[in-house]
Amino acid sequence: MYRIRLFAIRHSRSFEWIYKRVEQVMVALDPLLNKIGYDRVERPIAVVEKGVKSLLFDCQMCGQCVLSSTGMSCPMNCPKQLRNGPCGGVRPGEFCEVKPEMKCVWALAWDGASRMKHGDQIASVLPPVERNLQGSSSWLRVSREKAAQLRAAREKRRTAIAEAFPDARRNEPSTAPLAEEPERAQTGEK
Amino acid sequence: MEHNSSQPYAPPPEGHVSHSRLERVLRSGRFAITAELNPPDSADPADVFDAAQPLGEVADAINATDASGANCHMSSIGISALLTRAGYSPVYQISCRDRNRIAIQGDVLGAAAMGVSNVLCLTGDGTGAGDQPGAKPVFDFDSISLLRTIKTMRDEGRFLSGRKITKPPHLFLGAAENPCIPPYDWRPQRLAKKIEAGAEFIQTNYIYDIPLFERFMERVRDLGLDQKVYILAGVGPLASARAARWMRSNVPGIQIPDSLIERMERAEKPGQEGKKICVELIQKIRDIAGVSGVHVMAYRKEHLVSEIIQDSGVLATRKRR
Repeated sequence: MYRIRLFAIRHSRSFEWIYKRVEQVMVALDPLLNKIGYDRVERPIAVVEKGVKSLLFDCQMCGQCVLSSTGMSCPMNCPKQLRNGPCGGVRPGEFCEVKPEMKCVWALAWDGASRMKHGDQIASVLPPVERNLQGSSSWLRVSREKAAQLRAAREKRRTAIAEAFPDARRNEPSTAPLAEEPERAQTGEK
Repeated sequence: MEHNSSQPYAPPPEGHVSHSRLERVLRSGRFAITAELNPPDSADPADVFDAAQPLGEVADAINATDASGANCHMSSIGISALLTRAGYSPVYQISCRDRNRIAIQGDVLGAAAMGVSNVLCLTGDGTGAGDQPGAKPVFDFDSISLLRTIKTMRDEGRFLSGRKITKPPHLFLGAAENPCIPPYDWRPQRLAKKIEAGAEFIQTNYIYDIPLFERFMERVRDLGLDQKVYILAGVGPLASARAARWMRSNVPGIQIPDSLIERMERAEKPGQEGKKICVELIQKIRDIAGVSGVHVMAYRKEHLVSEIIQDSGVLATRKRR
């Protein structure tokens, strides 16, 4: 809905904050989601995501959400689906070249970004949309990747120890293990 | 000389990314001139050569448009290939409207192999603006992701898929800018993004509103962008007051001030007046700091291009400010 979309852009800063929190919750849920299986939660989460985001942002479920870099104005609503700024055809009064009754999605995006904490992200060059991700959950994709990064960072610390003590690693691998520990082994038996 | 299809694949000269004459002119600090060729609705190569002839007298490169205004004509890659055969230096325009990433990346290699050394990356006008509004709009890339893709192909020798290109294309990368239409405040930021994505030269849309363009250039200089990219300002002669009004309301992205249209209305010989206005615009644009050249788009008035450039006197000075 056009008017709710405009509302979301006017309140881009609040939505940026909410988005950050949603992401944190999803990352925190990673062990649980892993246990259930990401493939199994994909459908239901995509349905919820679609409901929420189509109401607020006229989301088209491209599967590669960039709202945080576009002032909370969804670029898939641009008739040319541009990901990097307005085209050269914007009409007087910032109206769309293709749909003259609609405000330019990118004029709104810059307006929204100007109110956001990390609004300068709008300056980064975005790749083209991967069309094979259409319909999949962007929330899951992002949180899963973040969680994997956190795991990789933990793993890197461990590797550093193993690399600092190469002899121990070679002769007595259990003193400088590389494999990730199960949760219980880390906290110890209680 | 430009390298052409009969010459072997050779590295570009020191400090250059291509064999382009336009690149050489710009890097040497001379005022550059490019001109747009009106593409024929024909399969006869002679029509391309006839259209190119009056432009070639003054232009450092000739732009081959890619179905601009979403109207079908001879393809830009076809025109570019013909132009290289005849010894001209084309700017191969690529619009994102009609082809996806597979087609475009392939065409970029094909064009480079045919001796093309300049490309201009455009988003493209919507299909609704043209003569076949029912056509499917593609827009797989936008102009900026297209720039980055061709830069990756050239500098890293890779397709977007990561697959290696054994002999990468040597291309001078261009993009368009439209300083005189909204959102005005963000246009310089968008230019910065195009430079970040890989643009080395810019050809703007028609500039008729000098104060608006000056405001844009001031911001561009504040951001230091004129030091990172060569800007060629777009100009063209108006045919009549009626044509100017029609362009303003029917061609996407063209701003013509009322004062100019009124001047055309008052003129006894509108054709002459349109030419005179164009010469004056070039002279004003030349004096704006940070401008490296002009891009002449004389739709159906190719025969005037040489005269306009001569009358403006830019060839005599040929200096970059």
